[in-house]
Amino acid sequence: MEKMPRWADVALIPLINLLIAFTLSALVILAIGENPWSAVKMMVSGALGSTYGWGYTLYYATNFLFTGLAVAVAFQASLFNIGGEGQAALGGFGVALVCLYIPFPHWAIALIFAMAAGGIFGALWALLPAYLQAKRGSHIVITTIMFNFIAAALLNYVLVNVLKPVGSMDPSSARFPDVTHLPTFHEMLAPLGIAFSKSAPVNVSFLVGLVLAVGVYFLLWRTRLGYEIRAFGKNQTAATYAGISITKITLIAMMISGGLAGMMAINNTMGEAERLVLNSVEGAGFIGIAVALMGRNHPFGVLLAALLFGFLYQGGGELALWTKIPRELIIVIQALVIMFTGALDNLVRGPVERAFIRAAKRKAS
Amino acid sequence: MDFLSILQIFDSGTRLATPLLFACLAGLFSERAGIFDIGLEAKILVSAFLAAAVATQTGSVWLGLIAGVSASVVFSGIHGLASITFRGNQLISGVALNFLASGLTVLIGQAWFGLGGRTPGLKPAERFLPLELPFAESLSGVPVFGPIYKELISGHTLLVYVGLLMVPLSWFILYRTRFGLRLRAVGENPAAVDTAGISVVKLRYSSMLIAGILCGLAGVYLSTGLGAGFGKEMSAGRGYIALAALIFAKWRPWYALGATFLFGLLEAIANRYQNIDLGGFIVPVQFMQALPYILTVIILAGFIGSAIPPRAGGQPYVKER
Repeated sequence: MEKMPRWADVALIPLINLLIAFTLSALVILAIGENPWSAVKMMVSGALGSTYGWGYTLYYATNFLFTGLAVAVAFQASLFNIGGEGQAALGGFGVALVCLYIPFPHWAIALIFAMAAGGIFGALWALLPAYLQAKRGSHIVITTIMFNFIAAALLNYVLVNVLKPVGSMDPSSARFPDVTHLPTFHEMLAPLGIAFSKSAPVNVSFLVGLVLAVGVYFLLWRTRLGYEIRAFGKNQTAATYAGISITKITLIAMMISGGLAGMMAINNTMGEAERLVLNSVEGAGFIGIAVALMGRNHPFGVLLAALLFGFLYQGGGELALWTKIPRELIIVIQALVIMFTGALDNLVRGPVERAFIRAAKRKAS
Repeated sequence: MDFLSILQIFDSGTRLATPLLFACLAGLFSERAGIFDIGLEAKILVSAFLAAAVATQTGSVWLGLIAGVSASVVFSGIHGLASITFRGNQLISGVALNFLASGLTVLIGQAWFGLGGRTPGLKPAERFLPLELPFAESLSGVPVFGPIYKELISGHTLLVYVGLLMVPLSWFILYRTRFGLRLRAVGENPAAVDTAGISVVKLRYSSMLIAGILCGLAGVYLSTGLGAGFGKEMSAGRGYIALAALIFAKWRPWYALGATFLFGLLEAIANRYQNIDLGGFIVPVQFMQALPYILTVIILAGFIGSAIPPRAGGQPYVKER
């Protein structure tokens, strides 16, 4: 046997990577004079101990599911989209325009239009970096980083100078009309007789996210376009010889990616804030990178990773509330997860692979 | 706008350009050796934090400098480990380091000082103070040259002058020494360097060391020269602007000076004037803030000359067996 079994590649190595990241995080907590074990207990009870906790965990997970899928689709085409943050911000702009200026009769119609607007705005924000990569050879990582900053400045301008209601000091848009309010889990589950926390922001967007995850799976593994995207990601030269257009795949993959990131706005802007606020994305675009890496760029893996990060976010928020551990602990954990599942993958992969090959040889002899 | 306020904008531009210049040269050494460095931001941030923290604890800015530069070198070492030894994805490693710095500085700062991630304000002895160059006062009466000398050239901290010296020094190292030739070669064609019997790994690690030191100086200047203490997220995207400047400079030291000075100047103008009125057309401050990034995208797109990166950039070197 030359390779290790598939389950080791898909499950064992990410788990070991994750374990290393968590162990180091525990050491960090220890180093700042707190008890890691009680921190974990508090995170679990804070994030999963009540429907209120679950409601926030799932709300955050929804954000990360959208951005994680966005990064994963681009990764499948071996394009590194760091621009999720800017694309989601532009998506928020699109959602806000639709919700503010179109009088909708029902929330479901508003949701469809908001998804379209957020998706199109996000996709267009990804289009220019994609075009520059495909046609002018400018590195997509650098251009998407630059576009994040340009998006932040643009949103700042739009909120302060255009969308801010007259007389308001707050750099945010007016509240969306009541009809665009998305049903929360509380409202959806109450008719079924299930009690769910009223103040938790998780809403119907989570279900939309699940549908999109299935959609991404079908797109990537069951359609011709998905095959072309993956073939392009595996080997560009071979894909070109097979008649796959580099320009077309780069543009389409990035637009799907940007569209998914942009659609995140139905959760945070339309579902939770119900108005467009400054810095509405709050780093979810970057967490998408960690989520996609951990989920091995597969929609199901992305879903699991998004739930894990949703848990970390809500749990970390509770920690910051009740202990002296600041919220930034989550950023450290996130960094370690990206480092070990992404950049230092070979640190674990090498020894594990050798161990499997050795075991196989012993069995053969 | 009078002569004096133009001088003041240039003066403030010089100050703001200095951290960009250090970081840009750091990126230059790293990318010239074939290693993408998105983690400039991280190194600036950890260095700024540790420099201020150690300076306020020991009362010595020089110990702060050593601590800050060491922290940056450690981060550089991690980046080297991931991208050279374990041949990981250099971009992902940079992204991870940026988050690590952003989280750790607040976490440790809060545990250490309990000020929500800030360090206490630095006293004069714990900072790099402006140096008055000789004759600045007595020459100030000379027309044109006097004010330029006094306002613009004199009165910066030591690190600003060190930064300016680093430009010819970097040029000399890269273009006039054997080490520099090899360093540039390893970023273009590592296999050829390896065939010549020179260690690719050693060269790339030395580029990481140099990048660590230079980025460290950027951070030290930020918290002990430009500012008086560390604040949460103090680097404020400067690592990314430096990255933009590096592309703008087409990976060359003298151009780096020009690019970082331009971006420093833009920041100075944006700080001084909120909205600029160009005869009825108002340029919003947000546009000024976004201008470095927009310019970089235009440069990257190749509409104003082309920016061609080192050819082996981003690819881990695998020795032939």
